[in-house]
Amino acid sequence: MSSAFREPSLIADAIRIARKDLLIEFRTRSGFLSATVFALLSLAIFRFSWDPTAVKSVDLAPGVLWVIFTFAGLLGLNRSFNLEQVDRAMDALLASPVSREAVFAGKALGNLVFVVAVQLLALPTLALFFGLPLGPEWWGVLAVAVLAAVGFVAVGTLFAAVASNTRMAELLLPMLALPFFVPVLIPAAQATSSLLAGRPIHEVLPELKILGAFDIVFVAACTLAFPFTLEE
Amino acid sequence: MMTTASTLEARPATARRLPPVDWLVLVALIAVGGVFVRAMLYTPADAMLGAVQRLFYVHVPSAILGMYVACTVLAIAGGLYLWIKDDRLDRVAESAAEVGFVFLTVVLVTGSIWGKASWGTYWAWEPRLTSALFLWFLLLSYMVLRDAIENREARARLSAVLGVLALLLVPFIHMTVYLFRGLHPEPIVLKPEAPSMPPEMLSTFGLAMVAFSLLFFALMRLRYQWATARDARADREQA
Amino acid sequence: MLVAESVTRKYGARAVVHDVSLRLNAGDCLALFGPNGAGKTTLLRMLGGLLKPTRGRVTLQGRQLPGEAATRRLLGVISHKSMLYDALTVRENVRFAAECQGMRSAAAATDAILEQLLIRDRADTVVRALSRGLQQRVSVARALVHGPRLVLLDEPYTGLDESGARALTEALRSLKASGATVVLITHNLSEGLALATESAIMCNGQFVHQQSRPAADYNVTEYASRYRELVAGGE
Repeated sequence: MSSAFREPSLIADAIRIARKDLLIEFRTRSGFLSATVFALLSLAIFRFSWDPTAVKSVDLAPGVLWVIFTFAGLLGLNRSFNLEQVDRAMDALLASPVSREAVFAGKALGNLVFVVAVQLLALPTLALFFGLPLGPEWWGVLAVAVLAAVGFVAVGTLFAAVASNTRMAELLLPMLALPFFVPVLIPAAQATSSLLAGRPIHEVLPELKILGAFDIVFVAACTLAFPFTLEE
Repeated sequence: MMTTASTLEARPATARRLPPVDWLVLVALIAVGGVFVRAMLYTPADAMLGAVQRLFYVHVPSAILGMYVACTVLAIAGGLYLWIKDDRLDRVAESAAEVGFVFLTVVLVTGSIWGKASWGTYWAWEPRLTSALFLWFLLLSYMVLRDAIENREARARLSAVLGVLALLLVPFIHMTVYLFRGLHPEPIVLKPEAPSMPPEMLSTFGLAMVAFSLLFFALMRLRYQWATARDARADREQA
Repeated sequence: MLVAESVTRKYGARAVVHDVSLRLNAGDCLALFGPNGAGKTTLLRMLGGLLKPTRGRVTLQGRQLPGEAATRRLLGVISHKSMLYDALTVRENVRFAAECQGMRSAAAATDAILEQLLIRDRADTVVRALSRGLQQRVSVARALVHGPRLVLLDEPYTGLDESGARALTEALRSLKASGATVVLITHNLSEGLALATESAIMCNGQFVHQQSRPAADYNVTEYASRYRELVAGGE
């Protein structure tokens, strides 16, 4: 009997759950499509409504980029627990040997792929619409984006779980999560703006440190807090 | 409180009201009034800022209580609730959040008046004020979350999660806003060296701190009693 | 063996389940009846470790639930909600469940259970495209794929057509024969009693009637009048 079963492993379970979520996302495409359309459309609108002679695009771009990442990301986060709640699939997952931490890690991993995919589409579009020259500084921007995405997704996934227990999950999630995004968005936007202005990476070290510390603290805290968002 | 709740059990619903005046709130208000009188009449005004400096005796105690004390109580009560699941801890957290919200509102209002007088603008994106604003939003979202959940157990549990995480967030918000350079006067009371204030001002400030702490806990106590009465009534209606 | 010792669950001051005890052996099937709001689902969730009792405790083979992975692996849960992902195919759903249980031969087990429940031919259909009854059958496959020793069913017959109901009854009968314990909540007395070795009627969070006898000895008409008597005005 025991040989027919494997011991549950946090990483294997998390990857399986993330893969399942991404497969659903790939099939339905509803979240990714709306998030990308939202991101690209917002980029175009922001760019079009600004007077390029008054504000330089390099000054405008970072703020625009991070506002768009935030709201596009929230669109994906909202879906992540919704698809578990519709037919109560979450109950089957919780009754199985999979640990609650693995459920959280899997959900967060799926959301991370989602958010990074939106970023990968939005960054070149930003460069194109805002006429920013492509150079090696974009690797730095990408690193900042990924570092910020980790903390963003950890906190966002936890609050998506909290919000999914309420009557108005879609409205509540931004309200709960946005104050927690402050230490992600402000350093990320500042670092992006320094990098795009051609400053070397060591000048944005304070921002990167805050992002890194936030990632470590909140990935740990949210993983520990997640089981408490489930009724028992 | 638990004993009074059980003796009230037999009386009709109209008799189960809280007393019209809470004595501790009254004492606290008198203390705050006394501090105002002392600040206005017996403490010298600041040579540079003039009369508006007297806002300091409201602004700083409110900031300390609203930002640090309220958030700490919220997080500790939340953490303990998740551990031992006692409803009373949830009511403490709920009370701390609402009273903290009121104090932070006072901080923001007095901060802008101060800002107009000393910096010439009602709102400056100054680190401390920005921190207070973000915490104000945080407490607001805490209250909205509570409002959105009907089941008492779920409300207590989920808001406790938010409360605990909020305390972890506070240092990050401080770090983040300090990436900007600030206009705010450097801390003049809570700093390692001797406070840089004339002794009259310092003693008035000390009294203000005591009076506002008293008010903070008196309001929290009143809010807690109200929550206990509300929950007890809900229990009776359900049973 | 499943043992519940004076289990109570409170929401606020109200006890939804009040001081319920039961003891089921391998091969037992408890049919649990009762009006809406009697606390049946809450009790079932506590038996499965999905909900913590306010007082009392539940043990499965001597180990407390939810407990460790090896204990949770003994459990299969079916309710009127399908617990499926409607954008995935039948096979993907069942296989995901099998892998979450940690099965090494998840693919083979998936095929076997789909075969047994007569839905192999729909294996590559997306669940959303199936009728309610077929979805329920997939849900049964999802819950039974790993050969659970304790199966908890909350109104599993809802939406099943006759052949689906028959397939479910067959699957439960063979589970029982293999020594699994079954707890079944249903409104349909004859379906419930067809499998029951134990029966209980629940009302206002308590067992108001409990008896133990072989399934064949239950007389449905007699039981039905007994039920109406006990829960008069309840439904």
